[in-house]
Amino acid sequence: MQRKAVALISGGLDSMLAVKAILEQGIHVEGLNFFTGFCVEGHTQAIRNQNKSKPKRNNALWVAEQLGIKLHIIDVVQEYKNIVLNPKHGYGANMNPCLDCKIFMVQKADAWRKANDFDFIITGEVIGQRPKSQRKQTMPVISQESGAQDRLLRPLSAQLLPPTLPEREGWVMRDKLFDFSGRSRKPQMSLAEKFNIDEYAQPAGGCCFLTDKNYTEKLKDLWSNGGKRDYELDDIMLLKVGRHLRPSDSYKLIISRDEGESNYLRGYRKQFISIEPKSHPGPLSLIDGEASAQDIHLAASIVARYSQGRDATDVTLAVHSKDGAQFDLTVQPMTANNIPQEWLL
Amino acid sequence: MKHTIDARNLLCPMPVIRLQTQIGDYQAGDTIEIISTDPGTQYDIPAWCRVHGHKVLDIQQKENEIRIFVEVGQ
Repeated sequence: MQRKAVALISGGLDSMLAVKAILEQGIHVEGLNFFTGFCVEGHTQAIRNQNKSKPKRNNALWVAEQLGIKLHIIDVVQEYKNIVLNPKHGYGANMNPCLDCKIFMVQKADAWRKANDFDFIITGEVIGQRPKSQRKQTMPVISQESGAQDRLLRPLSAQLLPPTLPEREGWVMRDKLFDFSGRSRKPQMSLAEKFNIDEYAQPAGGCCFLTDKNYTEKLKDLWSNGGKRDYELDDIMLLKVGRHLRPSDSYKLIISRDEGESNYLRGYRKQFISIEPKSHPGPLSLIDGEASAQDIHLAASIVARYSQGRDATDVTLAVHSKDGAQFDLTVQPMTANNIPQEWLL
Repeated sequence: MKHTIDARNLLCPMPVIRLQTQIGDYQAGDTIEIISTDPGTQYDIPAWCRVHGHKVLDIQQKENEIRIFVEVGQ
């Protein structure tokens, strides 16, 4: 009887190696990738014009294809809110609830395993790899609090952990698993070479925006000015796009940084007042919040500063209201020195 | 049968998730037209189709809209 494992696939090397090691033992593996709304994968890279040389691929899908396994992408945006807002184990250096996040994902994987009649779960976790969630002390916490118990196998560090059910039952050979620990990537790179894996993603700064200091500051600003500690998907997606400036407590400006972002923000024109330069090429911008006529005038002069008319005497901009009405405003562009640093989020 | 999925203004992977959710209701041989605006769908939807055994028939781009035609596999 062929045993079946479900794997958490992030798109990075560790989960790729963990799956490969289990496939090598004749196990049928399928992957899960959870979309929390904070994933770095495939969002801003896809929107922005920059880095055109980099493939705009979803690395989790790419990994699945390289391994020849199915990948199921699961939308957990709503459920994940509680993890972000109320993490039992607290945050890391920024707003990253890494341990709660891992417990949540393994818990979801365990529910998927039961619903689809799979035998066990595998992850690419390595003892000591991450300061918050991947420590020897946290490994049993994840197994227990997720409910997966001894059906959770970490192939890359398995020999340093108590034998799990798949090892005890002989579904997988423990001596063909690994004893990786620590932050060094050398064992993984060596194993990748052994498996003839010569291309893999190396995400700088991790795969989650919640580990990013700048993103976290924008999230805190959203909460402090929105009146409540909560978010919708559009809120957290917009935090990934454009320059964010807050000239007032009542509104902030989201100014696109290139054509790709302008195209993306254009999709929000029915939800926000938008401003776009007419007399000169320039960025589409959204006003998020309540803005008076005076505020809109100030916002237009800020947007003009980021247009190609920044050195002109006047710039004319089209202001679109949410209901589609439009009027033109001609303003003097602000200079970079006149934009207070504290406005920049 | 022909089906349409409107994934405009959704960022990846949401268009993929929408396809993944709805394809379960369709029969092998049915065709699906996915309309999207995220350039990433041109890569992600074909990749998802390849790993799940569905066939991408055509990809068309007109201005900012991308139309991907998929034939449902077995």
